[in-house]
Amino acid sequence: MEIKKGIAVSPGISIAKSLIIDSEEYRIPRRAIKPSQRITEIQRVRNAFRDAADELRRLEESQDQAEGGKIKDIFAVHLRFLRDRSLRKKVTDLIYAESVTAEYAVSTVLREIASHFTNVKDTYISERAADIYDIERRLLKQLLGRKREDVDHLRKEVAIVARELSPTQTAGFDKRFVKGLATDAGGRTSHTAIVARSLGIPAVVALEDLTEIVRTDDTVLIDGNRGIVIVNPDEQTIQQYEKYSREFAELEHKLDAIREKPAVTRDGVEITLLGNIEFPDEAEVVLQKGGEGIGLYRTEFLYLNRPTEPTEEEHYEAYAQTVRVFGDRPVVIRTVDLGADKYTQSKRFAPEPNPFLGLRSIRFCLQNLTMFKTQLRAILRASVLGGVKIMFPLITNLQEMMQAKMILRDVMEDLDEESITYNRDVDVGIMIETPSAALMAHTLARDVDFFSIGTNDLTQYTLAVDRGNELVSTLYSAADPAVLRLIRTVIQDAYKAQIDVAVCGEVASEPEYIMLLLGLGIRTISLTPPMLPEIKQIIRSVAIEDCNTVARKILGMNSERQISRYLRDAARNILPEAF
Amino acid sequence: MQSGPSADTGRLRMQAGEDTLENVVCEAIVQIRNAAGLHMRPAMQFVDIANQFDSDIMVSNDETVVDGKSIMQMSMLAATCGTKLRIKAEGQDAERALEALRQLVEETHFHEPTPEEEKKH
Repeated sequence: MEIKKGIAVSPGISIAKSLIIDSEEYRIPRRAIKPSQRITEIQRVRNAFRDAADELRRLEESQDQAEGGKIKDIFAVHLRFLRDRSLRKKVTDLIYAESVTAEYAVSTVLREIASHFTNVKDTYISERAADIYDIERRLLKQLLGRKREDVDHLRKEVAIVARELSPTQTAGFDKRFVKGLATDAGGRTSHTAIVARSLGIPAVVALEDLTEIVRTDDTVLIDGNRGIVIVNPDEQTIQQYEKYSREFAELEHKLDAIREKPAVTRDGVEITLLGNIEFPDEAEVVLQKGGEGIGLYRTEFLYLNRPTEPTEEEHYEAYAQTVRVFGDRPVVIRTVDLGADKYTQSKRFAPEPNPFLGLRSIRFCLQNLTMFKTQLRAILRASVLGGVKIMFPLITNLQEMMQAKMILRDVMEDLDEESITYNRDVDVGIMIETPSAALMAHTLARDVDFFSIGTNDLTQYTLAVDRGNELVSTLYSAADPAVLRLIRTVIQDAYKAQIDVAVCGEVASEPEYIMLLLGLGIRTISLTPPMLPEIKQIIRSVAIEDCNTVARKILGMNSERQISRYLRDAARNILPEAF
Repeated sequence: MQSGPSADTGRLRMQAGEDTLENVVCEAIVQIRNAAGLHMRPAMQFVDIANQFDSDIMVSNDETVVDGKSIMQMSMLAATCGTKLRIKAEGQDAERALEALRQLVEETHFHEPTPEEEKKH
């Protein structure tokens, strides 16, 4: 049993046999197979040699004799390699002796031959290494292509494991059989994440070296709720997860029934439930799950996986599509929050030594005004279509916020001059996700229409903990009394200034935090769409009076551990089946 | 010695072959003459001819012995112009095989120019 931690990008739990998809573009990892699988792998090698030779013969025949003389020669040479029994034997011998996959054996043997050529001094001969790489690719294409066809014609349930999945690879996925995805690379906005969410199957990405650990037909458990993949889980773990997964499914089914019901507490206090989204197509999911609007529309996806900046039209289309889904209901668009990642770092001569304290988010925008203005123009243009609100991320001081607002006014003036319509009274808010912003909330509140508390960054910056660093990640907790004190300050200052205050961080999707948030005075919650029904169920099960008691008690506590335990117990009393 | 090492039994078989005229062993040393040496296309011509005969064809340089019917093994000899190779044929048609291969290497030199011929052009 091996446990790997990655990033959860699509919720749910699946336990299935693995199906590994390698790619010609990457080095084939060494992967052991069971001795009993050697015969299958050897047969795959034979088929690959035969089919590659057939393909080559057809190519050779289709070549024009007149101009194809040289090319025909090359094909003829490759064909003889593919028919060379001693070459094939070298590959099958390796599978037999070391119990490795056909792909790995082909790649290893041919690369060994190629390196033999590369080492020859005579350049005419050393250049022949290129031919050998060609032959390797031809064979891998057969082996991997056939596997891809297998994926398109699955007859049993599988968990797909790959380094990274491309659109061509995922195009034929059959939802009946593909039960989960797990990849070495990728992030929240990777293609794998999008496909998994659209198929509604669990997925975990950024697992680093999973493809080197998993073997075909290993049992793989994918926990898309917590971002965990377990290879060959033991009996006890499987049983635990099967129970957990059954309960999850039952609960989800039960919760679907409350979709149409309002998010109102037992004592009649209305709560606004919104969804956090990354892509326009997730807007539908928010509606399906009973969300009333979008509380956080992340816009970074427009910038990732592409060499050039998105155009104003691309921005506009992405926003317009989402706003149309919700009509006049709120859609809070957060201006781009890039930084501490490849995109901004690649624009620098040298990477920043401390990117999370560096040029990220609003700071990056304020130094790249053309880019920033393009986005603001598009948001303003979309504001006539519905309930668009603009939100600036990572504000640390008043000056920064005023500067961002000034630029917004500049863009409005530009639009006026061009007679382009927009909503002049569009709501403008900021994320409160730094301790400095939380401490200065009373000042900041005078010049904005709303606050949204980003608990993830607020926790990281308050406690000075990188949650991704496993050496200190246990110190990361939104239940830390220091973080809770800041949150309370922000809420109180928002009330005093009579502006809206929402929570859009991860705690908003964690059932045990809901009573506390309501008790602190939060009435708008924005969270990941799949969790909407569960959180609504909790809201409908509590009374504000009880929430106030919980909040009061917690604010008197001094240790994170005590608070966490209290939160869990309080929540368990309200909705036992969710815990 | 009834169960001696395979090399010994091999030699015994060879001698028996020469006696019965069914299994002949012949050898020749040839020199690569074409300027580009034994690269892919010449290797292909070599194995194509070798494969026309029933005899086993073994080719060796100073270091290794390879199967003359395998393009992979032949090309890995990486024999450049001037290299001497020992060709050993064993089988019913060994003599004819050896002669055909010798002609290919030394007389037609893979239908490619020798260094002298290259200079003329």
